[in-house]
Amino acid sequence: MKIKSQGVALDDLDWRILQLLQENARLTYTEIGNKLDVAHSTVYDRIQRMEEHGIIKKYKAVVDLEKSGIQQIMALMTIHTDPKESERIANRLAKFPEVLEVSSSFSEELVINAKVVAQDQAKMHSFIAQSIAPLPGVLRIRTSIITKKYKEETSPSFL
Amino acid sequence: MAGSLSRVLRSVLREEAFYFFTSIGNYTGQSAASLDEFLQKIKEVNIKSLEFHLYREDFEKWIAQTLGDAKLAEDIKGLRNMKVVGNALRDRLYFLVSRRLKDLRITPQASK
Repeated sequence: MKIKSQGVALDDLDWRILQLLQENARLTYTEIGNKLDVAHSTVYDRIQRMEEHGIIKKYKAVVDLEKSGIQQIMALMTIHTDPKESERIANRLAKFPEVLEVSSSFSEELVINAKVVAQDQAKMHSFIAQSIAPLPGVLRIRTSIITKKYKEETSPSFL
Repeated sequence: MAGSLSRVLRSVLREEAFYFFTSIGNYTGQSAASLDEFLQKIKEVNIKSLEFHLYREDFEKWIAQTLGDAKLAEDIKGLRNMKVVGNALRDRLYFLVSRRLKDLRITPQASK
C-alpha cells in the first residue's frame, strides 16, 4: 500500500518505521531494522527522507509534570471571537508560553481552542483575565480545568 | 486617601479595564474601562459575576489600584463583609458606585 502525503509516497515499511518511532523515538536504526527484518541502512534512508520532507517533524521527550514535582494545572479554553479577528487572536495566543496548543474549530460558529497551563488556579485566572480577555476581538471565553487524564497520545496508533 | 478626580473618573487603557468573569477563566464578554462604564455593567452582568468578583476582592483592588479611589474601595469592602448576594448585591453595589460618582461630580473635593 502506498499513500501519498503532500507529494511524498509512503509505503508499508515507512508506516511501520513511523509506528515504531512514535512508540519509542530512541530506537536505533539497527533496532528498527531488526524488528522489521530490513537492513539498518534501509531504515536510515527512509528516516532521512521522511525528515527531509517534514513527515517526521521532530523528536521530543514527553515529560510527566506530575512526577517531576512541578505543580501545575491545565485547562481547555474555548474562545469566541469576532470572525475578522480570529486569525490574529490565534497567532497571538500561540506566542504565550502558558499556551501549549492552539487550534480553531467550527460547530455552530468558529471558535478558537487552546490548552493552557499555569501553576495554580489564581495564576490561571490572572493570565486569562490580563492577557487573553483584553485582546481585541475576544467576545467571551469558556474555560474547563482538566481534573484527570485518561489517555494522552500525540498520534493515532492505527497508522 | 482617595485619588484625584480626573484619575478616578478617567477611562483606562484596554489592558487596565475590568473584565467580568463568572468563575475561573470564564469571561462574560463584558468589561468596563471607567467608573461610569463600571456602573452601567453592574446593571447588565450576570449576578454570578458580581458575586465571583466581590468575594475575590477584585472590585476593591481595581477601584483602589487602577482608578485610585480608596474611598469607594473601602465602601465595597464593607459590602463584602456584609456577605450580600444575589440581586441585593447588584442593587447595593449600584447604589454605592452611583452615589460615589454623584459625590465626585457635585463636590470634586470628595476625591481628596
